[in-house]
Amino acid sequence: MRAVTCGAVLAAGFAAAFAPAFGQSQFEKYQKMTAEGSPVELFELAGEELWKKPQGPNKVSLEKCDLGKGPGVLKGAYAALPRYFQDVDRVMDLETRLLHCMTTLQGRSREEATKRLFGNADRPSEMEYLSAYVAGHSRGAKLAPGAAHPKEKASYALGKALFFHRAGAWDFSCASCHGEQDKRIRMSELPVLSTPKAARPVMATWPAYRVSNSQFKTMQWRINDCYRQMRMPEPTFGSEATVAMNMYLTATAKGETYRGPGTKR
Amino acid sequence: MAGPMKMRATLAGGNTDVRVLMTHPMETAQQTKGAPYFIQNITVKVNGKPVIEGEISQAISRNPVFSFRLKGGAKGDKIEVSWLDNKGETNKTETAVA
Repeated sequence: MRAVTCGAVLAAGFAAAFAPAFGQSQFEKYQKMTAEGSPVELFELAGEELWKKPQGPNKVSLEKCDLGKGPGVLKGAYAALPRYFQDVDRVMDLETRLLHCMTTLQGRSREEATKRLFGNADRPSEMEYLSAYVAGHSRGAKLAPGAAHPKEKASYALGKALFFHRAGAWDFSCASCHGEQDKRIRMSELPVLSTPKAARPVMATWPAYRVSNSQFKTMQWRINDCYRQMRMPEPTFGSEATVAMNMYLTATAKGETYRGPGTKR
Repeated sequence: MAGPMKMRATLAGGNTDVRVLMTHPMETAQQTKGAPYFIQNITVKVNGKPVIEGEISQAISRNPVFSFRLKGGAKGDKIEVSWLDNKGETNKTETAVA
């Protein structure tokens, strides 16, 4: 056996230099290139370690965490979130549920468990690693967030209302950026997230690794940062509002095959 | 401490396609004001025999991904990929061709 090529190519920041300038297909080409060089599986590996690591006063792992498919069942769990959980009588998304498991199973305080929700390139957060690990188990599953329970319906309705609700110093809503066809910000296209066509490929690839800053990002972060960009007050992690937003977007994308964790600009 | 590595090696049309992921900050001299930190050498071995000795530079991105094709190969061949960075740290991973 002999090496015939050693062409390798790498990731990310490098590929960005070749980011094509115009046209829808060029965006897609670029997305494909970055996805091919994605290190996202490394985050899944680190997440698996954390999932199985005993933590907190109770010194237990998250392996018995019920993400909706039963204690410890990971397969397809992410694709079925957000959903209503009877034990807490509310709708939760992945991160909200993980936090719930940290505070109940592991006996950790909310203060401690939420101290560092969003990490950076040098030190990703626990929530980021865990999100990568759990979401990876839904590859190939169809997005099917809860839609039957009255609280799931209410969450969807709230998310939809919030999406179009203008507020803050700039009088922005999500729809200010994500409500019109063929708009872009610098070289990124802005998907009209209220339409299934645009929401599907987006929701099928979050959470995601961002090649421009080498960070793994979660949906709670995405929503949090959109609110920051809109100059609105920071939403509370795992709040009814952020979960509702996630619910609305995921429900709009329902039926799409989950392909994440993805890779973004 | 070196973070995880991950590798896949699959037979495809008589060749072996290898894809390997490495965890490394890959910091340039500019970023670090003169103290770059990057993977310098990559070695690929098949059944213990070196087939690629590669040198890479600080121009490669954080958490690099390499993919390459080896001529021939058989199911069960042991592929080993190791790296050595400019601070002398090293890591390796091994997988059997599937």
